[in-house]
Amino acid sequence: MKKLPTWIDILLIPLINLAIALFLSALVVLYIGEDPMDALSIMIKGAIGSSYGWGYTLYYATNFIFTGLAVSVAFHAKMFNIGGEGQAALGGLGVALVCLMFPWPHWILALPVAIIGGAVFGAAWAAIPAYLQAKRGSHIVITTIMFNFMASALLVYLLVNVLKAPGSMAPETGRFIEGARLPTGHDMLGWFGIKFSKSPPVNISFLISLLFCFFIWFLIWRTKLGYEIRAFGHSESAAKYAGISPIKIIMVSMLISGALAGLMGINSVMGESERLVIDSVQGAGFIGIAVALMGRSHPFGVLLAAILFGILYQGGAELALWTNIPRELIVVIQALVILLTGALDNMIRMPIERLYFKMVRAGT
Amino acid sequence: MTLIKTIISASAALIASAAMVVADPALIYDLGGKFDKSFNEAAYEGAEKWKAETGGNYNEIELQNEAQREQALRRFAENGNNPIVMAGFSFASSLSEVAPDFPETKFVIIDMVVDAPNVRSTVFKEEEGSYLVGMMAAMSADKAIGFVGGMDIPLIRRFACGYVLGARSVNPNIEILQNYTGTTYHAWNDPIKGGELTKAQIAQGADVVYHAAGGTGIGVLQAAADAGKLGIGVDKNQNHLQSGSVLTSMIKRVDLAVYNAFTDGADLTTGFEVMGLSNDGVGYAMDSHNASLVSADMQAAVEAAKAKIIAGEIQIHDALTDNSCPAS
Repeated sequence: MKKLPTWIDILLIPLINLAIALFLSALVVLYIGEDPMDALSIMIKGAIGSSYGWGYTLYYATNFIFTGLAVSVAFHAKMFNIGGEGQAALGGLGVALVCLMFPWPHWILALPVAIIGGAVFGAAWAAIPAYLQAKRGSHIVITTIMFNFMASALLVYLLVNVLKAPGSMAPETGRFIEGARLPTGHDMLGWFGIKFSKSPPVNISFLISLLFCFFIWFLIWRTKLGYEIRAFGHSESAAKYAGISPIKIIMVSMLISGALAGLMGINSVMGESERLVIDSVQGAGFIGIAVALMGRSHPFGVLLAAILFGILYQGGAELALWTNIPRELIVVIQALVILLTGALDNMIRMPIERLYFKMVRAGT
Repeated sequence: MTLIKTIISASAALIASAAMVVADPALIYDLGGKFDKSFNEAAYEGAEKWKAETGGNYNEIELQNEAQREQALRRFAENGNNPIVMAGFSFASSLSEVAPDFPETKFVIIDMVVDAPNVRSTVFKEEEGSYLVGMMAAMSADKAIGFVGGMDIPLIRRFACGYVLGARSVNPNIEILQNYTGTTYHAWNDPIKGGELTKAQIAQGADVVYHAAGGTGIGVLQAAADAGKLGIGVDKNQNHLQSGSVLTSMIKRVDLAVYNAFTDGADLTTGFEVMGLSNDGVGYAMDSHNASLVSADMQAAVEAAKAKIIAGEIQIHDALTDNSCPAS
């Protein structure tokens, strides 16, 4: 079987998918009596038409990069970690504890410790399901999703009874001190004299997430451990025969996965809200699954998919602000894009493949 | 470099075009959603009433996640909306960050206090209204009454505490069953679970069940009516939802708070605004749907208690101040 040229594979097909998704969304918008072109331009302009829009898009993307990478690493070992939501919630707790516990003089000191805090807490939350899978054969899907609920209940307990700032009605901690707040896009570009909108929450965690994309790529494709993880994922029995310990691979891949999900906390807790709120994850744990699937579990694909989801989230927020489109329909529009670009990819791919090879034959 | 230049010029153009919009008020709903038949919907009705009376326009947004709180505040403020009203205590932290950046814009926050020169903080004395419906519940029940809260947070414990104190003031020995739907925001919108909790309480002998659970309460009232028992609504007048099976509703005039803010417009007075029994900010609902359920004696007793609360003769403990309740 011949292969499609790369430009068709990674550029044309996604673009056609996106166009169909936008067309279907336009029908939805038209149906509820709003102007589709208007809605589209608000969405696109709002997400990528200004430094403000980019600031929010990349903030969301940072969350999705971390959770997407988390799911990807587990995927390579054929582990379906759907506990990103809970692991990220615990990671946020770890980050918050680090930020609240010490009188940090400067963020440069606070950030590395917060990274460790988030990673350790996220990994610890993944460790129990991983152990149960490795030693007892309890299915990872069941245990991780149960741990999501336990994480949410644990956080509510801690925020309502232990960590709540005195006098506050909302179950959330007090604001972190100045020395535990990360520089935002506005601050960072300001160092180079470039103006960037002040309001969006994008912060230095975005650069850290890019670093982790590289680390994970290196880990999976350039190290012995990564090779073992991939070998185990492709065939457990072959991996065993080659002397790879399934227990070790399950534990290690899940710990890395949990740690990555937990790292989301430095973006959402330390970078954005600067305090621990009750739902710091905002569903990013589940979006991470879609991001990993769309990105085919490759860090670069995860990066691109995360940015697309960031655009959808931020564009959706702008739609909610300036039109009367109800938020449920905004979710429908987002879902259509995900469905077409992710799940129904083959629907477009096959006809185009046939068409292309027909044209090639006709040409020769 | 050129990309960044385009981005900057595009954002400048966006701000310029936004600045031309005149000062409409804006309303931000909390995560429960606009049509929750409760808190947010009351806010919506207040805004719609203002719109119908003045013919004015307002901007609104239903939030989808936490990160949008500060975003919506800033965007409306940059857009020139004034005043900006937000329905819910969860905005406190975001607002205290945003308010100083827009000294010319007036903000109104409901259910929470934010101390800034351009913020009006509207708070309700839910414990007063809950005390009255607690009395009515105890008078309508044999030996037990129930309470179904939404998310288990201090604010809802304030409802529960007022309800318990009111019921005990009528019948010190009455059994009071208390449950919360959950620990996440989903707890505001889970009528199935609300109904199950209500059935469980009725099975334990409860004759009247009061809910403070937003959209979840629909299930509470339904389950109580199905079992031939009574429910008590909250926030809005919910007597009509199960006509004849809703004893009363603890009304919290969120609509009034929004309406007042919109009417006052950009010159609204800032500071602390308390809405209690004395200024009809909270109360209990009487209409044709529950007239047969509330006897004259009952109403007289409740009115007497109301007068005493307004006069300060009855002091009701506010569970928020110390996170505990003297009775349970």
